[in-house]
Amino acid sequence: MKKNKASKTLFSTYSFLIYVILYAPIIILVIYSFNSSKLNATWQGFTLNWYSVLATDDNVLSALKNSLLVAGISTLISTIVGTLAAVGMYRYKFKGKTVLDALLYVPIVIPEIVMGISLLVFFSQMQISLGLVTLVLAHVTFSVSYVVIVVRARMTGFDKSLEEAAMDLGANQLQTFIKVTLPIILPGVIAGALMALTLSLDDVIISFFVSGAACETLPLKIYSMVRMGVTPEINALSTIMLLATLSIALVSEIIQLKFSKK
Amino acid sequence: MKKTKKSKNKKQTASIVTTISPVLLWMIILVAIPLVIVFIMGFLTRGIYGQVEYIFTFQNYADLLKPMYVQIFVYSLWISFITTLICLVLAYPFAYFIANVKAKYKVLLFMLIIIPFWTNSLVRTYAWMIILGTNGIINSYLLQFGVIKEPLKLLYTNGAVILGLVYTLFPFMVLPLYASIEGLDKSYVEAASDLGASPLQAFLRVTLPLTMSGVAAGSVLVFIPSLGLFFIPDLLGGSKTMLISNLIQNQFLTARNWPFGSAVSILLIIITIIFIILYFNKSKNKGLEVM
Repeated sequence: MKKNKASKTLFSTYSFLIYVILYAPIIILVIYSFNSSKLNATWQGFTLNWYSVLATDDNVLSALKNSLLVAGISTLISTIVGTLAAVGMYRYKFKGKTVLDALLYVPIVIPEIVMGISLLVFFSQMQISLGLVTLVLAHVTFSVSYVVIVVRARMTGFDKSLEEAAMDLGANQLQTFIKVTLPIILPGVIAGALMALTLSLDDVIISFFVSGAACETLPLKIYSMVRMGVTPEINALSTIMLLATLSIALVSEIIQLKFSKK
Repeated sequence: MKKTKKSKNKKQTASIVTTISPVLLWMIILVAIPLVIVFIMGFLTRGIYGQVEYIFTFQNYADLLKPMYVQIFVYSLWISFITTLICLVLAYPFAYFIANVKAKYKVLLFMLIIIPFWTNSLVRTYAWMIILGTNGIINSYLLQFGVIKEPLKLLYTNGAVILGLVYTLFPFMVLPLYASIEGLDKSYVEAASDLGASPLQAFLRVTLPLTMSGVAAGSVLVFIPSLGLFFIPDLLGGSKTMLISNLIQNQFLTARNWPFGSAVSILLIIITIIFIILYFNKSKNKGLEVM
């Protein structure tokens, strides 16, 4: 019994340490975005200076604009295409379903760098010039699979008789989908959309290959800044990125909890 | 009767087409075709100006065997192997703890593991640069308190690369381990200790084999991405560290040898496929054993 208690303390101390190591770098990064010293890594005093520097940096602002544009459009497309696919794949059996299934897993399984270069090679062979359009195409390609998987997970246990009842009562396919199917799978669709949004906002590797010189997203801007050296502005920009993705995660969790309680 | 059935079939075909064809077309055009092009490009020739010439050759694949490149591949696999091993050793007791904690804390502790998933891995890699750099936090404070006289070389080392990879991929190891430990039937472990097994024996002969599917899944989920995350060796390893991902990036963007870069990418795909097949074989055997 005593031994059991000792091992429990050991386990919980160990796990606590893991959490500390997991979060310490992120917390330090955020704290140092408020450090007034530019050169020294020791704490010198509080400032919001680095944030105001960012707000006047045209490159950063245009990268922000690009990121939001690409994330918004690609999330919209991948959510629509992915939800339709999830519904179709759940409802029907058709030839080539296993092939489609396998194809959907490819972007999840193969290393991102291979996806990135294969899209780069494709766009260059098709003579599509790199920029916002190629970024959107690429982002939809890697996020649509996640949308399909998340929505499909939500559909298991979906009662098909509800749809049939609506049809029997005279609703057409579209009406049935909007009034019956969609409300039931909505939590899954929202979760999928938020996942697509975060994946798009965070993506470095694939964007790196398909963005071209003229069109930088926020993570790519951070990457090029970091390669020049560590500065407090990067801390500030990173903090904003963290805040954005964490709030999306929070919204997603809250929505899931709400729906699961219902 | 026949007629209605026919029209129903027609309707069904129509809705299959509307729901499935967008995603199918998208996947064929932007996943399958690009990969086929990469495969073909691996057999083409680089022109003198970095353009691609349509001359068939096996030279790119032959070049993969040059000692310089073989060294990069071996080193890359080694780094990924070490990363996976460290993740596994660190994550197992951790996942075990979370899986056995009281239900009311479980949601919170689990959430705390998921959160880093949502944050940008580039940003988290950058955080380590602040901490480890020559003018970084560790060195600054150690110098200030007089513990060291010269800054330690922590950043731009292989250790830093492994640290960065482990840090980024750790949650991918924890989640499948957690799932398999959580699903473990405790009565097996109790039976083992009732029959006189020591805790270590019970762990090695009962718990570990029964959670092998989690170990295998976690290892695949860490090993494969670790081969492709080029920005981690780039930022934490400095210019000396060249891994397979850096080589691909370099061939496509700097050296502009797309055919050779394609051959390296195909090699990476083959490595990935081998690991996935190994994983499926493992989990299949596992299923039979339990039955």
